Amino acid sequence: MTLEVIGISVLWLFLFGYVIVASIDFGAGFFNAYSLFRGKQHILTRIIQRYLSPVWEVTNVFLVFFFVGIVGFFPKTAYYYGTILLVPASIAVILLAIRGSYYAFTTYGGLKQKKWTYLYGLSGLFIPASLSIVLTISEGGFVREKATGLVLDYWALFTSPLTWSIVVLSLAAVLYISAVFLTWYAHKAQDEPATELLRKYALIWSVPAIVTATGIIVELQGHNPEHFSRLMDLWWLFGISFILFAGTVYLIWKRKSYGVAFGLLTGQFLVAFFAYGVSHYPYLLYPYLTIYDSFTNEAMAIALIIAFVAGLGLLLPSLYLLLRLFLFNKDYVQGKRNDHA
Amino acid sequence: MGNEESIFFSRVLTELTLSFHIIYATIGVGIPLMIMIAQWLGIKKQDEHYILLARRWTRGFVITVAVGVVTGTAIGLQLSLLWPNFMELAGNVIALPLFMETFAFFFEAIFLGIYLYTWDRFENQKKHMLLLIPVAIGASFSAVFITIVNAFMNAPQGFDLVNGQLVNINPVLAMFTPAMPTKVAHVLSTAYMTSAFALASVGAYRLLKGSKHVYHKKALFLTMKIGLIFSIATAVIGDFSGKYLAEYQPEKLAAAEWHFETEEGAPLMLYGVLDDGEVKYAIKIPYALSILAHSNPKAEVIGLDQFAEDEIPPLYIHYLFDIMVTIGMWMTALSLVYVVGTWLKIRFVSSKWFRWLIVLGGPLSMIAIEAGWWFTEVGRQPWVLRGIMRTEDAATTSGQVDLMLLLFAGLYLVLAIGSIVVLTRMFRKNTVEQELADRELEKEGDLR
Repeated sequence: MTLEVIGISVLWLFLFGYVIVASIDFGAGFFNAYSLFRGKQHILTRIIQRYLSPVWEVTNVFLVFFFVGIVGFFPKTAYYYGTILLVPASIAVILLAIRGSYYAFTTYGGLKQKKWTYLYGLSGLFIPASLSIVLTISEGGFVREKATGLVLDYWALFTSPLTWSIVVLSLAAVLYISAVFLTWYAHKAQDEPATELLRKYALIWSVPAIVTATGIIVELQGHNPEHFSRLMDLWWLFGISFILFAGTVYLIWKRKSYGVAFGLLTGQFLVAFFAYGVSHYPYLLYPYLTIYDSFTNEAMAIALIIAFVAGLGLLLPSLYLLLRLFLFNKDYVQGKRNDHA
Repeated sequence: MGNEESIFFSRVLTELTLSFHIIYATIGVGIPLMIMIAQWLGIKKQDEHYILLARRWTRGFVITVAVGVVTGTAIGLQLSLLWPNFMELAGNVIALPLFMETFAFFFEAIFLGIYLYTWDRFENQKKHMLLLIPVAIGASFSAVFITIVNAFMNAPQGFDLVNGQLVNINPVLAMFTPAMPTKVAHVLSTAYMTSAFALASVGAYRLLKGSKHVYHKKALFLTMKIGLIFSIATAVIGDFSGKYLAEYQPEKLAAAEWHFETEEGAPLMLYGVLDDGEVKYAIKIPYALSILAHSNPKAEVIGLDQFAEDEIPPLYIHYLFDIMVTIGMWMTALSLVYVVGTWLKIRFVSSKWFRWLIVLGGPLSMIAIEAGWWFTEVGRQPWVLRGIMRTEDAATTSGQVDLMLLLFAGLYLVLAIGSIVVLTRMFRKNTVEQELADRELEKEGDLR
């Protein structure tokens, strides 16, 4: 394995981590707002807040880790993506700010206003939409290199069916991942009404999630044939991913082993995410940038990898402690303990 | 939008984001240490007041951290969005501390979550306090790593530039630049100092507003003592910073001191105004600049005459420098008088007017932080990477920076108003007296 491949694998793994934990977070915010809108808030809010409150900052760090890491391992991305993403990334930051301030002002600050809950819920849908545009752009065809610098062709971007199907996939995936996780969590909390409601959401959103995912593969055929043919070479990985998907839906349908169901779902997304990533190789931005011509020098790469391993040694035990105290602690999950400062 | 405008708006937006973020960042670095000291005192002295102090500070602290996370994410991304050329170069040489900063913050975020939600969960209070140590370490190390990057921008090293290509890159050498020790020490000690004075300001305000509770008196005395210690430390570090500048960035020191001609036995200019290139109304302290720069009243200090016209920072940084130093000196004196006065039981330190001075000290310290950052950033101009890359060559070519500036300005306004409203409501609604009484009831309830 070359240093380039190690670097991008590490980053891709962290991006995957962000996709899962952030999806849970975004979807939960949306379900919370939706249940407030439908007047059923009493069913979900407690479950959702109990899970989200201690972990949300950790979610955000996954994203920061990814974009700091990619500039470290592949400095040229700062120039290419930095120039073209000014508007979409700024909008994503503002939306993330709305979520952060929801915690600051509502959960910690006790400012109870419906308007924040709605803003928070909606931002959870707009963030994946605005972030997923980066994946669309990376497929090429939307960036032009002019004498003055790089320019993003917004018209082409927003009229492309590929853009919109990736946006829809990101939304469906967010709601599906979140619903499956929260079904499990509500079940652990022995909250029957919440479990039933979330189980229903999980089943509903499983369909659009798988349909749009398939649709994108079809659309890539026209948009980026090179990428499409590499995807096809990895058809068996997508097959495995589909089997894992079917397993999740089956378990949820049968009301069995929600924990295993969430495990299968993680597997499904992991396999698909890496199959997509591997087929994208070696391009970071079609056709301008590959992981090889954008890579940093060897000394920096080795230093970053050493820092990464050391950092992981620090983080994994801490994350384990966090999960043990909140996610896997019976009293806390069932709401018998709060202990907030 | 032309490229000049892109550069201008990129600078304004970065300045705005940093000026806003630094408030939350400073508090975020300093307060965990204050909470730790208070909780430790509470456990050691078996004093419920100090424990409650730690608890109430924590509640306020998480709000500032949450906002700080938001603004920190903004500046993290804006570095690449607004300065893509700089980040491409920086990524090659100084990415290591940036990367490590995310780990430090990760570490802090995890333990802050745990600490926040485990009050009363442990029989042994000390166990709970142990959870705060990683928070404080993570917070301080975030500051260390980010300041290392800033130090690199002032005194880049750890690579060679051959025909425009970066070669012989040494990431570790790039971290330990000559600017690094003084800068890191200065940022840390001022963060602790400012946080202490901000908390003292709150305590003094409560006392002025009619609360006679000993809780506030303890809080005030504790924070003023901590503030005094760190303001003395800051003054000592400031002296070293002057010597660093004289050696490695003489143009910055010369511009800050309006030191135009290279000379021996240079005087220090305090205050004054610049009128047509002539200094008026300044206080001139003979030999002081030579002492500051080289610890020797006879030493030669390089003046602005040694530099090309277009490599000199704007001369208004003198005012920023004066504001920073004056406030620092003032706060040292104020806290010294207060602490000594309290020991000797001199009455005027608990008088109304003196307490108002302490209230004023919190905002003043924050102004000093802002002035200090503007000074160091503007004082590095025209370079983004001193001697290597000019700011104008680093900026984005995108035409929508002005629009983004408006968006972010709106965001920061909402965040500022929100945090002020929430913080004041939080502590006004739930007063110390009431909370102490509630806790007493709770305990009796347990016995019954």
